[in-house]
Amino acid sequence: MCLKFYGELLEAQNQPVHSSVSWAAERHLLSALMWTPEIRHVASRKYAGQWREITGPAPVKMSKRRSAALTGAQGISLAQKLLRERLCHQKLPDQPVGLDSQYKHLLELLRRTAVHGESNSVLIVGPRGSGKTMLLGCVLRELMSLKEAQKNVLLVELNGLLQTDDKIALKEITRQLHLENVVGDKVFGSFAENLAFLLEALKKGDKSSSRPVLFVLDEFDLFAHHKNQTLLYNLLDVSQSAQTPVAVLGLTCRLDVLELLEKRVKSRFSHRQIHLFSSLSFAQYLDVVRAQLSLPPDFPDPKFSDEWNHSVTKLCEDKTVEEILRRNFNGSKDFRSLHSLLFLAVSRVSVSHSTLREADLIEAWRLISVDSKANVLHGLSILELCLIIAMKHLNDTYDGEPFNFQMVHNEFKKFIQRKSHSIHKFEKPVVMKAFEHLLQLELVRPVDSGVCKVQREYQLMRLMLEHGQVMEALQRYPQCPTDVKQWALSAFG
Amino acid sequence: MSRYITRLRMRRTYKWNGRPVGEDRKLKRQYYESMSISVEGKTEDATVSLGQYILIEGDDDDNPFVAQLLKLYTDDSGKKKTAVLQWFVRMCEVPQNKRKLLGRDPHPQEIFFYQDRSCDNEVDGETILGAVQIEYVPVQDPFPVGKSRDILFVKLLWDTKSFRALDPELMQPSQSPKSPPPSSRGPQTRALPTPDPSVMKRAMSGILTRGSMSTGKMSSSEAESLHSASKLSAAKALSAKRRSQAVSGPQVRKKLDLCSPSKNMSRDDVLGELLDERSEKTLTSKLNTSPTGRISISIRLTPLNLNKEECVSPLSSHSPDKPRMTAHDKDDAASVFLGVQPIEDDDPEPLINTGRTPRKREATPRRAGLRGLKARTPSRRKDSAALREPALAALAEEEHEDSPINTAATSRSKRKSAQLVSSRIKKQLNLLGNKIGLQSDGEDGDDDDCFIPSKIDLQSSSDEEEEAKIDSEDELIVKKHRGSGTSRSTEKTRVSARTPRKTPSKKTAPATPRTPRHATPSIPSRTAPARKPGNVLEEARARLHVSSVPESLPCREQEFQDIYNFVESKVIDGTGGCMYISGVPGTGKTATVHEVIRSLQQSAEQDEIPHFRFIEINGMKMTDPHQAYVQILQKLTDQKATPDHAAALLEKRFSAPAPKKETVVLLVDELDLLWTRKQNVMYNLFDWPTRRNARLVVLTIANTMDLPERIMINRVASRLGLTRMSFQPYTFKQLQQIITSRLNRVKAFEEDALQLVSRKVAALSGDARRCLDICRRATEICEHSGSQKNSSGLVGMSHVMEALDEMFSSSYISAIRCASVQEQLFLRAVIAEFRRLGLEEATFQQVFVQHQALCRVEGLQPANVSEGLTVCQRLGSCRLLLLEGSRLDLFLRIRLNVSQDDVLYALKAD
Repeated sequence: MCLKFYGELLEAQNQPVHSSVSWAAERHLLSALMWTPEIRHVASRKYAGQWREITGPAPVKMSKRRSAALTGAQGISLAQKLLRERLCHQKLPDQPVGLDSQYKHLLELLRRTAVHGESNSVLIVGPRGSGKTMLLGCVLRELMSLKEAQKNVLLVELNGLLQTDDKIALKEITRQLHLENVVGDKVFGSFAENLAFLLEALKKGDKSSSRPVLFVLDEFDLFAHHKNQTLLYNLLDVSQSAQTPVAVLGLTCRLDVLELLEKRVKSRFSHRQIHLFSSLSFAQYLDVVRAQLSLPPDFPDPKFSDEWNHSVTKLCEDKTVEEILRRNFNGSKDFRSLHSLLFLAVSRVSVSHSTLREADLIEAWRLISVDSKANVLHGLSILELCLIIAMKHLNDTYDGEPFNFQMVHNEFKKFIQRKSHSIHKFEKPVVMKAFEHLLQLELVRPVDSGVCKVQREYQLMRLMLEHGQVMEALQRYPQCPTDVKQWALSAFG
Repeated sequence: MSRYITRLRMRRTYKWNGRPVGEDRKLKRQYYESMSISVEGKTEDATVSLGQYILIEGDDDDNPFVAQLLKLYTDDSGKKKTAVLQWFVRMCEVPQNKRKLLGRDPHPQEIFFYQDRSCDNEVDGETILGAVQIEYVPVQDPFPVGKSRDILFVKLLWDTKSFRALDPELMQPSQSPKSPPPSSRGPQTRALPTPDPSVMKRAMSGILTRGSMSTGKMSSSEAESLHSASKLSAAKALSAKRRSQAVSGPQVRKKLDLCSPSKNMSRDDVLGELLDERSEKTLTSKLNTSPTGRISISIRLTPLNLNKEECVSPLSSHSPDKPRMTAHDKDDAASVFLGVQPIEDDDPEPLINTGRTPRKREATPRRAGLRGLKARTPSRRKDSAALREPALAALAEEEHEDSPINTAATSRSKRKSAQLVSSRIKKQLNLLGNKIGLQSDGEDGDDDDCFIPSKIDLQSSSDEEEEAKIDSEDELIVKKHRGSGTSRSTEKTRVSARTPRKTPSKKTAPATPRTPRHATPSIPSRTAPARKPGNVLEEARARLHVSSVPESLPCREQEFQDIYNFVESKVIDGTGGCMYISGVPGTGKTATVHEVIRSLQQSAEQDEIPHFRFIEINGMKMTDPHQAYVQILQKLTDQKATPDHAAALLEKRFSAPAPKKETVVLLVDELDLLWTRKQNVMYNLFDWPTRRNARLVVLTIANTMDLPERIMINRVASRLGLTRMSFQPYTFKQLQQIITSRLNRVKAFEEDALQLVSRKVAALSGDARRCLDICRRATEICEHSGSQKNSSGLVGMSHVMEALDEMFSSSYISAIRCASVQEQLFLRAVIAEFRRLGLEEATFQQVFVQHQALCRVEGLQPANVSEGLTVCQRLGSCRLLLLEGSRLDLFLRIRLNVSQDDVLYALKAD
């Protein structure tokens, strides 16, 4: 619905304000969903795809509409397609940036498993977005290009977020190893049978004659939460005994992952860890940005690509752009956040301006860096805003102690009686209604999740807003009454 | 499932028949001559009398013990009935490692006379299940064919060390040294008391078989009568003999290669040309003949058959010119013998050519090219063709024997040649399938069933299936001939009938694919063999891998000796016991036990100690403690059962007195995982060894020394006993010794480097695995740096230091150093807030205020709440910070997961 609506808006192309509002709403919706880091992580991967959905069709449609008039339209859509693939992690980079030693280490390790049949286990540890999966992807790509390894290696990929217990994981392993054919169409009876079956299968192999199996365990730390760590124990045990050669590759962002392992599981792990910490300087970071945005030399339209690359070089030298990039770099060094920024910028390129301008990047940065709650505050009524200001005063007065509706109402009444000229005198039920709306928006939250049987007016609440957030929202609120602003600014209610 | 009167749900009552025939006053025993067993729900009683062969209740429902009844007596109270027996063993009761001594595949109904003095030969009379028929077959004679599957054959004697020829005298209980009451010995030793006439008949035929081999098959199949007149000849005898050889021969499957270019091609060509037109004509004419026509053909076939047989039988069937001769002999009758010749001929190739048309053979090379796999076979065939010829003919005979039955039963158009060819195609394809080692599909399952004789019931089912297959394949072949006269069309149909996933060589017979009972899962094998280590470092690395099993385990001599003595004494005494072994991970507990078992098995093989079974279970390798029962039972008897049922069966097995039981050594690894609330799994495991007849030795392994005290309730801990052993972590000297012994004179490490590793590991954990892993990593590092400068090529101190650093150093500090500016600021803010509060915990809101202030100090634009929260979450996901759920938003509490000093150190150095 929302996407469709947005698409229409874009097509109409006459209400830029609305479109940005809807953008903001979209982002807020998603950020509200992305509470836990794990979900955020997965969502951010899918999110990029969604953005593509949102923004993807628009330029194509435009180019279709005006294709007769403009020759560059195809060039733009082609360039956008290429960059989108790059920025949405749909294509592996040719070479991982700044991870050469890790790349070599991992490749060597996997090569030995593939060629010599040596069992290994390794953990790839790095913060979110540091390129663990990318590194592994590149290594596997190179490994598979080796003649010796090509047909010999079996790959099993598991994800801790998908295979939430060992039973599912075992089924998945069996499926990916194509072992289920062996038992015909028979559905596995029980978890126990499945485990015994798989262990038997792995036990039958030996170092020299069986094909090595690479087990990739994404979100490795989640596997450590499975009951008894049965799967990990067995995989690592196979890797330490003369059975089918396996390589167990764990990907995780937790630095303390080894402490999660049980003693006996830990002892079976080889304690090989590959850490991915980015030690990029800002200059290198800028180079990466340039490389990420540049079109390759084999782009079909050389004139367009020259023009584009030139504009990218110029863009990176721009002061404001550099400032934006530096802020992004200061926030996090990972490329995923950079990609989402550049993605938005690239999506704004259209036929009317066929190169990337700094305005695009600034707008993209504005969208990226906007505070999620500020947007919600902009949508509040004056009464609700007044209540928030009252709560802020209460917070200041009582040093963050929780308050109840009655206190807020009293504070509000005081304001109306003393200073207000523009605000009507609202009935208490109306104020209550506004308060409940704030409660629903979770700008206010009860202290102990409403367990106690206190009357609603007296239930203790907390304001979920920072001081600065309230003030900023007031500054930006359209046609905010001056006396309300002044009330907010005054030290005491 | 069980073919025998199952003991499970039927109650049997035992009664003496007649009066006591003798009495032993000293022992207060009364001897009887026979006993009648009445089964609930059956009207007639079974009677067992002395000298008769009986079945005794055993562990396995399908294969009860077999014995000959020597004595029956009761004690003075008259309640307890005891039987004295002469045991026979089945192949499945012979220890696995001794089965090879037989030198051939056992006949499924074969049993062995058991001679072992140590074996208890008195059993409770109430365990007798009933009578069974046993026939003595002289060693050189083949097993009779076509008998009921209830008859067992005895040919050899098993004295726990070797198979020997059985003196038939031993089978006569009167000569048996263990048959004291003379009065009970009757002339009816061989007589079969069962009044069933059919059994009598069978018995008669059995006797006949012993008398003259020629009538082996006669009485068993009615359809045979059609041919019997013409077949009662020496030829028949020979064929029967061969057939039985074929049945028992291990290479039955490796029969024919239909498609291989034959070694005697020229001869085939001659024959082929001769037969070319006629054969096709015959085929078509045969197909079109009415039933009467068919009968006439079959009549004409038989004399030829005889003819041919006469030619063949005197020969030892290896003379090279023989087939040519036969071919010439039969030239004139080629159109007729076409159907028969393949059956009796000795040489495989002419067979094919007559069975199939020569055009088919022309197509052979193409086919070989088409199926890459077939191209491999010819060479193998050539080598072995000469050797296998007799067996081959026997196979043909076997098929031939089947055919009349089929004809009689189905009254469809069946021709022997077609059957033969089809069956050969089938076998050949099967063979190829086996050779290539395809994943077991339905066919492989069949093979297994056919040639593992212990699974009698399986075999019977597969026999039926085979027959069905022959039927259906006949049709296929007939169609093929009808269709075009060439086999190319079938070629196509076969190819198309194949599912695309299968490899070309798989059999495509229309048999229904059956799920094999015992699927044999395996990881597919690699296309190229793994590369061997190339240089010293690679060699060292291979040796240092934990998985490479060393020849001996150094530094665990004392423990080894203790466990060895314990198990050995229990095995020799035939008693049971428990032992508890504890030790931190990586101290060689499991490896030592395996070592003990290995050397015990070696000495068992040399007959220094009695044989025993070794079974291993691992608490971590099962999903639920109760699965332990299932796994033990499966490893013990190959049965599958639910945990409850398995527990019951095991309980029975370990408590029932069984005379011929081997000691079972059970290794329970990761014992703590078998803990349940009621602890019944552990209770049972430790209770069984205490049973008088259990002969079970339980070795348990766990990590903690005080496990029995900590988690076991008293009755369990008490049964576990006090035989405990604890493996101490390795000292640095031991670790050094381990590495040195593993390297075994491969010079890859400097002495100092080794010492450093072992000292470091010994100080931290004493885990040998860790030590080996570090050494392996060091060789890698050496290899990488070695290319640059290091001349010695040995792993030196610097490499080891680097490896140790990698494995032991905490990554927190480098993580903080590599964090982004905002993340570092946030960590600073956290510490500042902690200092301000004097607590080790703060809410996000509080830290955020500090963070903003710090941003201003650093001259950065302060981040907004969303950004701040993102930074905080990122640190939390690395576990530099410990966070509450992010739903709490501003009020989520933050704690550091690193010490403040570490954070400050990391930030300062920056």
